[in-house]
Amino acid sequence: MPDAWQPKIDPYLDSELSADEMRGMDAHLRECPSCASDALRRLQLKRATRLAGQRYAPSAQFRSRIEKQVAKKSHAVRRWAWVPALVAPVLLLAAVVTVGRWYESYRSQQVLAELADLHVADLASPTPVDVVSSDRHTVKPWFQGKLPFTFDLPELTGTGYTLVGGRVAYLQHEPGAHLLFDVRAHHISVFIFRDTPDIERGFPARDSRGRVLSFNVESWTHGGLRYFAFSDANPEAVEGLCSLLKQAGA
Amino acid sequence: MSAHDPSAGFEELAMPLFDSLYNFAHWLTQNRDEAEDLVQETYAKALKGFGTFQPGTNFRAWIYRILRNTFLTSRTGLAASRTVPLEPEDDQEQPLAASTETPESILLREAGQQQVQAALERVPVIYREVLLLCDVEEMSYQEIADTLAVPIGTVMSRLYRARKALRAALAGKMREARHA
Repeated sequence: MPDAWQPKIDPYLDSELSADEMRGMDAHLRECPSCASDALRRLQLKRATRLAGQRYAPSAQFRSRIEKQVAKKSHAVRRWAWVPALVAPVLLLAAVVTVGRWYESYRSQQVLAELADLHVADLASPTPVDVVSSDRHTVKPWFQGKLPFTFDLPELTGTGYTLVGGRVAYLQHEPGAHLLFDVRAHHISVFIFRDTPDIERGFPARDSRGRVLSFNVESWTHGGLRYFAFSDANPEAVEGLCSLLKQAGA
Repeated sequence: MSAHDPSAGFEELAMPLFDSLYNFAHWLTQNRDEAEDLVQETYAKALKGFGTFQPGTNFRAWIYRILRNTFLTSRTGLAASRTVPLEPEDDQEQPLAASTETPESILLREAGQQQVQAALERVPVIYREVLLLCDVEEMSYQEIADTLAVPIGTVMSRLYRARKALRAALAGKMREARHA
């Protein structure tokens, strides 16, 4: 029959009794064979559990992996403990550069989109050019007094390109020449503006070639002027006209 | 020059517990790969959260609690928790000895270590873990309570049920062995 000490046998074996209770239990077990036998059985089970429970050992590879993981992270923190002091300005600088680049790209795309609009709008107009002539000696003088700069046009005879004419166009409030050329059944718009700081900021690339809204686009600078060529003709056709214009301006 | 290093001392505190944590994890998961994942995740979490550990408090209970909580939210842990017999846990309940139990002395004399291990595997995880923490890791009731985030009374009643379950499992293993 269980006595008052029996519920304390497990805590006794687990060393969870107070010092006084431990001494009391020691004394009781010497006098009570039933509790002593019960305590012995429980102690045997506890020891058996302890031995059986120490069953699994980690592999050397796993131990090495964890050691490296802990050492690496721990040392990384120590080695780079000074980083937080510097990381904020660096991140800020990176953010500024990233935003700056993004904004530069954004503005370039804006410039090209604006020119593409001009190209499309003029072609859609019943009067895409204000001076209609295939003669460069007629078209070029037409711009006199209309633009704060002048430019040279190449002789196109026998090149496959035809000068259609031109008109004044505006980019970022800056007047420029919009020249229209034909090559086979395609139109090529060539825009010429002064390479002002505003336009340079808007389109910092000195020379570039690519596609915008599926138009083939080429841009270059020469003699303080910025040239943009737009067309749905193939890149080679655009490049050929650009080469002629570059030679004329050289 | 140097700011407070939140990871200082982690390695010294955590690595001596590596073998024990792995053993505990393997007993919980019953699978080597899962045990390794569990231990690895525990170390990663502990290192990450070491800044929140309060020096002077029980690091062992702290990291064991991380391991156990990680296990409980794992697939195996969730499955194990669904299979736990939901006996009411009376925190005030005092363990009572069952006078009709098969004497452990006979059982343990006949049972080999493998049979004890097999019996321990049969004990539900909620009881197995408290047995391991108490009898294998030799944690105090308070440490176990801290690890499991339960009152000490619950630790005592779980230990009582855990030992009862282990005796029953061991008796079952012995019967199986006799009839084999």
